[in-house]
Parts: sequence; C-alpha cells; structure tokens
Amino acid sequence: MERESIEYDVVVVGGGPAGLASACKLKQLNPSLSVCLLEKGSEIGSHIISGAVFEPKALFDLFPEDAKDCPTLNNAVKGDDVYFLRSGSKKIKVPSWLTPKGLHNHGNYIISLGELCQWLGEKAMDLGVDIFPGFPAENYLSDESGRVCGIATADMGIDKQGNQKGTWAPGMNILAKQTIFAEGARGHIGKQLIKDLNLDAGKSPQHFAIGFKEIWEVENDKHSEGDVLHTIGWPLTEGASGGGYLYHFDKNRIAVGLIVDLNYANPYQNPFKEFQQYKLHPVIKQYLENGRRISYGARAISKGGLHSLVKMDFDGGMIVGCNAGTLNPGKIKGSHCALQSGMLAAEYVNKVLNEEVCDFDDIFKSSALHKELHQSRNFSSALHKFGLYIGSAYNFIESNIFRNKLPINIKDENKDSDALKPSGHAKVKDYPAPDNEFTFDITSSLFLSGTNHEEDQPIHLKLSDSAIPLGRNLSQYDEPAQRYCPAGVYEIVEKEGQDCFQINAQNCLHCKTCDIKDPAQNITWTPPEGGGGPNYISM
Amino acid sequence: MKIIIPIKRVLDPYTQARVDKQTQMVDLTNAKMAMNPFCEIAVEEALKLKESGAASETIAVSIGTDKTVDTLRTALAMGVDRAIFIKTEGDLDLQPLHLGKILASIIKREEAGLVIMGKQAVDNDNNQTGQIISGLLGYSLGTFISKFSLSDDAQSVEVSREIDSGIETRRLHLPAIVTVDLRLNEPRYASLPNIMKARSKPLETLELSSLDIDVTPRVKVIGVVESGTKDRAAKQVSSAKELLEELTQMGVL
Repeated sequence: MERESIEYDVVVVGGGPAGLASACKLKQLNPSLSVCLLEKGSEIGSHIISGAVFEPKALFDLFPEDAKDCPTLNNAVKGDDVYFLRSGSKKIKVPSWLTPKGLHNHGNYIISLGELCQWLGEKAMDLGVDIFPGFPAENYLSDESGRVCGIATADMGIDKQGNQKGTWAPGMNILAKQTIFAEGARGHIGKQLIKDLNLDAGKSPQHFAIGFKEIWEVENDKHSEGDVLHTIGWPLTEGASGGGYLYHFDKNRIAVGLIVDLNYANPYQNPFKEFQQYKLHPVIKQYLENGRRISYGARAISKGGLHSLVKMDFDGGMIVGCNAGTLNPGKIKGSHCALQSGMLAAEYVNKVLNEEVCDFDDIFKSSALHKELHQSRNFSSALHKFGLYIGSAYNFIESNIFRNKLPINIKDENKDSDALKPSGHAKVKDYPAPDNEFTFDITSSLFLSGTNHEEDQPIHLKLSDSAIPLGRNLSQYDEPAQRYCPAGVYEIVEKEGQDCFQINAQNCLHCKTCDIKDPAQNITWTPPEGGGGPNYISM
Repeated sequence: MKIIIPIKRVLDPYTQARVDKQTQMVDLTNAKMAMNPFCEIAVEEALKLKESGAASETIAVSIGTDKTVDTLRTALAMGVDRAIFIKTEGDLDLQPLHLGKILASIIKREEAGLVIMGKQAVDNDNNQTGQIISGLLGYSLGTFISKFSLSDDAQSVEVSREIDSGIETRRLHLPAIVTVDLRLNEPRYASLPNIMKARSKPLETLELSSLDIDVTPRVKVIGVVESGTKDRAAKQVSSAKELLEELTQMGVL
C-alpha cells in the first residue's frame, strides 16, 4: 500500500478553540476554500480541558447570530470571590477592589470548553470544513525551498517493536497552500517548527503551568450556580506558585482545580498530590462533602504572555492559540484569546491566498488581542521574579492604579526545565495518603479521564538518551518525572534487583508536562496511534 | 450473494458509563459513542468474504437518530459497499423484537444470502436480535461464532462456537444468520483516505414509520445502577499473607 496524498487550500492541525475558529472564519470569509481539520482525540473535545470561566466576546465576533444558542453558554458568572489561603486551614478574603482588574469576571460565563468545541465543530462542519478526529498530524511537510506545505499523518497498526501488524494502514500526506497549527500548549509539531524556523528569536522562553481539573457532582444545598471562587497561596508555598479555582456550573456540578507553575524548584514537589491536598482546605472542602467525583484531567498551559509569544506567521502557514502562547496571564484565560488568534490567522491566510500584500504583524498589532496581551504582558513574569507578595502588589499597582499604561517590561528569561535545584539541597515533601473521599490516588483518577491507548504500539514518549533517567536525573533530582507526571506514566521499578525506568505510555493524558519540565530535556512527546489518549466528557 | 451487516451505535466501551441521578438511566449527554465492538468484527468478516470473491455486495444497516449516520460512515470507511439508515424520530426505546422485525424486513427486501452481526451490543447485552431474526425469517442460525468458512459451492457455511465442553462446529445452510464473537478476527482501521472516499458511498435513509412496524415497548427498564467497584483504587500486595490480611480487614472474608 502506497502512502496517499490529498490537497486542500488550508489544513488546520488541532480541533481546539484556535483551530476551529480559524477553520470557521476561513469558510466565512471565502466559502469556496477547501479546508480540513485534523484532531488527534477520538472526537472533537475529547482532549480539551479548561476551567473554564470564559469571556464570550470573541465567540460573538465569530458567530454574531448563533453564539447565543451555544448550549454551554448557559451559566453567567454571579458570585466572584478571591481568597488568599494562608495555610491548610486559614484564609483571607481578598476584597474586590484589591484584585487585579483582569480577574473580575462580571459578564463572563462558566462553560465546558469541551462542549464549546463540540459546538464549534458542528458549526465548522455546517460551513463545509472536513473534520477528521482520531488522526494526529505526525510532522509537517516542507518543499525544496523550505516552505511549509502541509502535514503527514502517522501509519496505524504498528506493534511495540515497530513492525507492521495485520491491521497496518499507511498514513497520508495532506498538502495545503497554507497550514495552521493549533495544537495547544507545547504542541509537538509547533515545538519543532519554532525550533526549525526560529520563531522564538528575541522572545523570552515560554513559561508553562500544569493545570488540574476535576468535576464533582455535589449535593443541592452545596451548589450555587454561577459562583466562581479563585484562590492563591496554600498549598503552593516555598517557592512554588500558581492558584486554585472552584466553579459552580449546571446540573449540580462543580469544577475544581489547581494550576501549578512549572518553574517550581523543588524536585520533590508533586503537583498531583498538591491538588489532592488542595481539596481538603475548608474553603474548598465545604462544597465537596458527600459529593461524587465524576471526571479528572490535567493539561499543560502556556502562560508566558506577550513576552513569550512566538512569531505566529511563517512561509506557508501560521501557529496560533496556546501553541504560539496567546493565553492572557493577567486574566488566566486562554480560550477567548485562542478564538481571536484563530480568527486573525484566518483573516491573514485568506489574504495570502488571494495574493494580497499584507503583513501579519499589522493585523495583529491593531487587534483587540494584542491590546489585552500587551496590558498584561508583565503579569506572570512579575510573579515569577518578585514572588507572590511583591509580584501581586506590582500587578495590582500596574493594572488597577496605572491601568496597564506603565512603560515597563519585566521578563523572565529562565526556562522551566532549568528551574529545579538538586534534590540534595531540597526538602523532601511528604504527602498524606489519599482518603478516597476528597483525595485520591492516580490510578482511580485516571480511570475517570477515560484514557485509553491501543496497547501494542511503540512507546510514544521518546527518550533521546535512555541512560539519563536512571543516571543524571536520578542522582541529581531523584528523577522528578515520577512526580510531575499527572498520570503516573514514569516509574522507577525494581526488576531482578535492578532499578528500571518504566514508561507506562498507555496512561498518558497528553498534558505535555514531561516534554516541558524534564531537566535534561530528554523526553519528547509524540502522538500515539490515532484516537488514543483521554476521553474527556464536558471538560 | 449479498451480505447484510446490522450494526449498532453504542456508548464507547472504553469510556465510563454514568447513571443520571434524575432519570436513573445511563447519561449519554456528550458521551463518546462508537460502533459496538462485536459489530466491527462482523463488518471485518463480511469484508473478507467480499475480498475473497464470495460475496457480491456488503450492506451495513443501522437504526437510530441522525447521529447513527456517523457509525454507518465508519462501516463504509472500513470498506462496506453501501449503507441503509433507518431513521427514528427521537430516542426510541427499541427492543430486540422491534429490531428483529425491522432488520428482517430489510433482509427480505435485499434478498440477502447471509447476515453477519455481533452476538450482542455492549450497552444492553441482550443477545437476542440475531436469534429473533432467524426465527422471524426461518433462516439457519449460528451464534457465538469464533471461526467461519464458506463452503466451496457457496450453499452453506461451517461455523465454530465455543461451548462449555469445548468447540462445537456446525454447518448452516444458506440463507443464514451468524452472530459473531470476539475471537473471530481483528477488525481493520478506517484509514483516512478511506474515510474520505466513504463520503461518496451510497447511504439510503428510510423513515422507521414507513416500514409499518409496531414498536410499542414490551419491556420496561425500571432503572440502572453503577457497579461502583471500579472507583476503588487498585492496591498491590506483596504476599499472599498481606492479601489475606487486606481481605479480612475489608470484611470480605
């Protein structure tokens, strides 16, 4: 069987908000364009996870008439509280006037981003976009001149050793005049493109966090639809930063989560266990009592903001959304930015296809997206550089007093992968055992993510040097992969009296944290066989 | 010889079924759906027969709401020649007898020589529809088939089924209904090029009402409960002694 090729005007890689917005916008601008969209999840939305409090304006810009019918847009934010958690039991409510302006959620909605994407997917299909879920793009294609000209999908039916099975089916080359990459934070092709095409020249390194989310079904009297709660402080102390959230949405459901910045220094830090402990704080626990956990998931977030945003256009295509780094760290929201970046990309790509002379920079710099990213450009770097107290004070002063008009740039040039200090100088962190009521272990959590991979396939987490985990990483950092992975993929097990580094690839939630945080940058995330990974429902 | 493959769209068996507190039924809101795994095996077996030249045409049939078309397209992408979609208005509680009658009418209309279908659907686990069709049409029947071969004269099929005492082999005269088990084959993927091609394959839509079949429910499901055991975290024990202690502590022993 030969590898087949097909041509489209535009191919979009990734069925999240950025990719779907670009596909929809392109068809709106020019219905005669042929547009296809590939999604590695088994369905649109099955790999999507976000809090999510959503700013709806961009969605109304994209679908002025229909956005009001989007079913997930049914929970306007009502209560909006921020707490500073001083310890595992103490809290201070942060008065509304003291919270940075970007964190005010009046006019926003509590949504499921997965459901929003499902709706956008249907819209895209109605507009004539060919959507292919379950088919990851493996790598990008370029012509002799180095111009990006499409993508290649992977073969299916390859066994553990790399041999063709009886069910083997070859991948396909999808050639396109323009290719839009919208893979989300740390997309594997995006990472390669940024490197190959120097798209991050002159930019600060991207900064990431790992975000956890669980959905709980809670008792009637503990549920208050539309209430939003954010926390800072505990359990992220001693050099770790981030924040937590708890949102009441429909059907007595609560979304609870913790965002842990990946620039933490202590290799003994265990973000998953921090999140589990977080739920024991009285501020959170009061809502979950007698409730039932129904889903679990985790995903890396790119939160460097404008200073880390890569150059989004290149010869033959664009890189958009969290793949490029468009999240607004000042609002801790990325979905509306992703939608906007996708729409801007569509506008630009449509002009390029019409052979109009234009510069993406002009389109971007005059956009609302650029304006808001410019305003909050220092938000996360200030927190990184000055710590929680002074960083927050700075953010308050910059946003609420100077209204984001200070001509100051604060940049954080340290990569997350360089942030760990040797385990010998770090405090060993002990976490209490799960109580199976509020806190759980990884196995039972993973079960709720619906994660599934074909078992007989090559390990999709590639080590450049297989000696590093048990060599340098173990001796210097006590191999942190055992702890930062939210799915228990990496384990050190004893086999015949010898330590052995085991990769349980079938557990992978596709969060990309290992690709980001490994101090040796030795782990490369690649897409497993199509359709594998989590099967999130309404996450 | 035409082969008919009835297929069913079910909750993806790899996702977790959740019971809606209000309705006491499995909550399918936004749930991931897929082709019943036994139906995939049936499709694969039919495609093999077509490829061997023994079958002239393969036809997938499914019954349900508009979304069911996705599942039929999957069958077409795997290689089935054409599809028949029996459209229902809203989510009807169709039971095996209804399904049997609907499918029997299609099988008769198409004058199919062979019907290959899953032994059961993984959602309701009824394991009845194949048997009912056979009864309604008077066709020979082979259930739980894990080995299958067509005779040289194409007048009969030899099938093997796993029974308590071992393997039982039977010869069925055509026309026949065969319901398949897991071990029969490994279904192929629907590849991307084939998914693209499947879009232009013929798919006929029939309104259920046009078939004039009484679909009044005869069985009422009162409610379903989750097993609840899967939530419990697995625990690894190092010795039989420890296992015994654990079990005693849990009050199992």
